[in-house]
Order: sequence, then C-alpha cells, then structure tokens
Amino acid sequence: MITMQPDLVEAFMELVRRASTILPVDVEEAIVQARAHEPANSASERALDTILQNIQLAREGSLPICQDTGTPIFEIRYPFGWSTLMLTEHIRKAMREATARSYLRPNAVDSLTGENSGDNTGEGYPTLHFCEWVEDYLHVDLLLKGGGCENVSAQYELPDTRLKAGRDLDGVRRVVLDAVFQAQGKGCPPGVLGIAIGGDRGSSYLKAKQQLLRLLDDENPNSELAALEKQIYHEANALGIGPMGFGGETTVLGVKIGAQHRLPASYFVSIAYMCWANRRTIMNVGPDGKVTYG
Amino acid sequence: MVELTTPISAEEIHALQVGDAVSLNGVIVTGRDAAHKFMVEHFIRQPAMPEEQPLYAELMRLLNGGVIYHCGPVVKKHDDDTCSFVAAGPTTSIREEIYQQDVIAHFNLRGIIGKGGMGPDTLKACQEHAAVYFHAIGGIAPLIAQAVKQILAVHKLEFGIPEAMWVIRVKHFPVIVTMDSHGQSLHERVKWQSQEILTALLE
Repeated sequence: MITMQPDLVEAFMELVRRASTILPVDVEEAIVQARAHEPANSASERALDTILQNIQLAREGSLPICQDTGTPIFEIRYPFGWSTLMLTEHIRKAMREATARSYLRPNAVDSLTGENSGDNTGEGYPTLHFCEWVEDYLHVDLLLKGGGCENVSAQYELPDTRLKAGRDLDGVRRVVLDAVFQAQGKGCPPGVLGIAIGGDRGSSYLKAKQQLLRLLDDENPNSELAALEKQIYHEANALGIGPMGFGGETTVLGVKIGAQHRLPASYFVSIAYMCWANRRTIMNVGPDGKVTYG
Repeated sequence: MVELTTPISAEEIHALQVGDAVSLNGVIVTGRDAAHKFMVEHFIRQPAMPEEQPLYAELMRLLNGGVIYHCGPVVKKHDDDTCSFVAAGPTTSIREEIYQQDVIAHFNLRGIIGKGGMGPDTLKACQEHAAVYFHAIGGIAPLIAQAVKQILAVHKLEFGIPEAMWVIRVKHFPVIVTMDSHGQSLHERVKWQSQEILTALLE
C-alpha cells in the first residue's frame, strides 16, 4: 500500500495526448494491410492512402488524428488504498489542460441548454469506470470514442424476427452483419466491431466498448467466440461497403466479441462500432510512482 | 484530379461524375447542425430580422456558387489573438438532410463537403440546382487542416467552436464526388449492392 498518492495530472494529460495523436501500431498496421488489398487507383485505395498519410502527420506534429476527439472513456484499475476521488480530480484537471493545449476539441455539451462547457468536463463527462484490483500498480485504459461511429452503434434484442435471428451464435452473426450494413459509410470504415452478448442494456454496451481495448491480433480465449469473430470478419468484409463506404474489400479491421450472463428473459447483442481511428492507449503507474505508456 | 476554385460555375459542376477526385481551392464556409437549423429557421422560412441582415447578406455573397463544409474544427488561439485550424475533418452529413435541399436552393450552393453521403432530397436538389456532394475522408483532420490556409472570419461563435460558421480559404482540399448533378449516388449504389450480399449471407 502506498502512503502518498502521486499527483498524476501531467501523467493523465500525456495519456490523453498520446491517445488523441498516436494511433496504436496494430491498428495502423491493419490499415496498411487493407490498403494492399484495394484495387489500384480506386476511391477506396485513395481513401486509405490519405488516412495513412494523415496518421503520420498527426503523430509527427502531435495533432489530433481526428477533429472529433471523441468521448473519453477511462477504465481504471487501482491498487488497494488509492483514492478514486483524487484520481477523478486529477483526470478532470488533465482534461482541462489537454483541451487548452488543443489535444482535445471542446466536446462536452450540456444536453438541456446546448452550451459547450469548453473544457471537456461536465455531468458524467468524461466517462470513468473504477475497479480495485489485487496488483500493486495503477492500470488505465483510455479509449477516445468518436461520435459519428457511436451514432451507428446498435443494440438488438434476440430473437429478431426480421433477421431470423434466434438466441444462439448464428443469431448474433445475423444481427451484427445487419448493423454493419445499416452503418454503411457513416461510421468511418474500415472500423472495429466491439460486440457483447448478454447482460442488461447498459452492461451490454459497456462490455461491447471494452472489447475495443483488445489488440486486433489477439486470440479470443473462448474457441467458439474466436471462430465467430473470424467468420463475422470475413462476412462483414464480403459486404463490399469498403473504406468510407466507397465500395471495396475492407469494411472492418477487426471483430472482438465478449459474453456475459443475462436474465432468462433477455438476450441482448450490442455492437460498439469504432471508426478506423481506434484510439486506445494504456498507462501504468508503478508502486514507485514511475509512469509508463503502452 | 480536377482542380476547382470557388465560386464554381454550373458548367463545372455538370462536368463532374461520381467517383471523380477533386482538389478544391478558394473560400468555403463551415456549417453543421446548429448552423443549418439556424439558416433555415432565420433566413429561409422567414425573412432575416434587421439585426441579422448583415450576416444574411454576407452568407448570400459567400454561398452563391460556393461550398458549405460539414465540419466542427479544433481551433487554436495563438498569443497574438489570431486563430488557426488544428484539426478540421468532416462530420457525418446525413444529419443535415432535412435542411440541405432548402439551403442549396436558397443560397445557390454548388457543393457540399461532408462524409457518409446524403439522402434523396439532397440528391434531387443537386440535380435541380447544379450542385454536387464532395466526400472528404472522415477523420483526416490534420491533413485537411493543412489545406486550410487562412481563417477569414467566424460567424455565430455563440454556437461553440465546432458549430460556428468559419469562413476559410483552402488550397488543395482533397475530396471525391460521391453524389453528382446527374442523379447518381455512389452511396445508393454501394447500399444496393451490399443489400444483395447481406440477403445471401442471411439465407
């Protein structure tokens, strides 16, 4: 147990800067791979070329990859004895500072008055999830979730008669493909699908979003879900919606599925659609106060 | 790559086809949700109020043969009080579908820049009023910010930085025509083709 909790305002500010300006290596690599599969001189190839150029420009200039710097979602695992009130205060200060330094666009709007708070803090903003764990270090995942792709995220309740989707994994496959079809180019494909099976409406969306924190090339420990991820990946790409919805070979860069318990009465499937700018960054703070990013 | 500079003529628009890559130059105006709602409610459905007359006249001038960009930029204020765009990618256009046809017709717009495409009402307005939909690549904010050479003015800053109407001069702004003035929409085509594949996958 630590006796003095370190001041992490600067550390959180740096976490936000990295998340907003540096796309994770695995995501960039997946876009490079996708580009190689698009027809020469096609609109889709041109779109991916431009995206790759932009990723480099953002990283080198420390500029936001996208002007929609997204909903900041912090998943925080902390050791015994840490104050979550203090962590909250540090994060909120870091949000203000990151906004002042233009790493974030002022993105928090009062839903009743329409007024922008101007500093990325507000009621329920940013999103913070705290969970105590047995390790002796602090672990933070930050996801910057864009609004355009959030608007095409979807939740289905199985059975779904229209899609002939029953309460099984084939039913899951059916509704996910429908969600990708409905989204067309509006979620800035090629994107990543975070999918949750089960839970209630709220926990289902949360679980779906948490799937977006996984590396694109990881292997789902559940073999049935691993197989389903691969199948949906191939079928979603077969739809031919392509980068930006221009038509093309790559519509999704990855498919990640998690499952959790549900009530007998409910069977929810939630799809958290993430744009190509799958901005996620990790920060660890050791017992000695040393900060590392990954 | 077709080079176009605002104000754009109807002939230049008619020469464009779906799939054409265009490099845009000249003065354009950003406008998204709040701006479109405002223009329709305050200028199109009723005559402009006296206190809004100067802005109305200015928009009539800028948008005649001009281009509206669906964008909510990240703007940096420098020490000398000047501003520059840090990030300026497109936002999803379909939210403006209920307003766009009226804005195209009223202001004699030649182009819309956005992402994700728009619906049948906008496509019809493009056909009737010689306009096209230019698709920018979603999310490429710094790249487009580089193409923004100068901020000339800002209107309706009370809507907030992303929602305000920024008058900007651009050079080599890369876009792709996805809805033309001949009734063609790449979005409609892709949707129709993917619908067929989806139906087969759900057999």
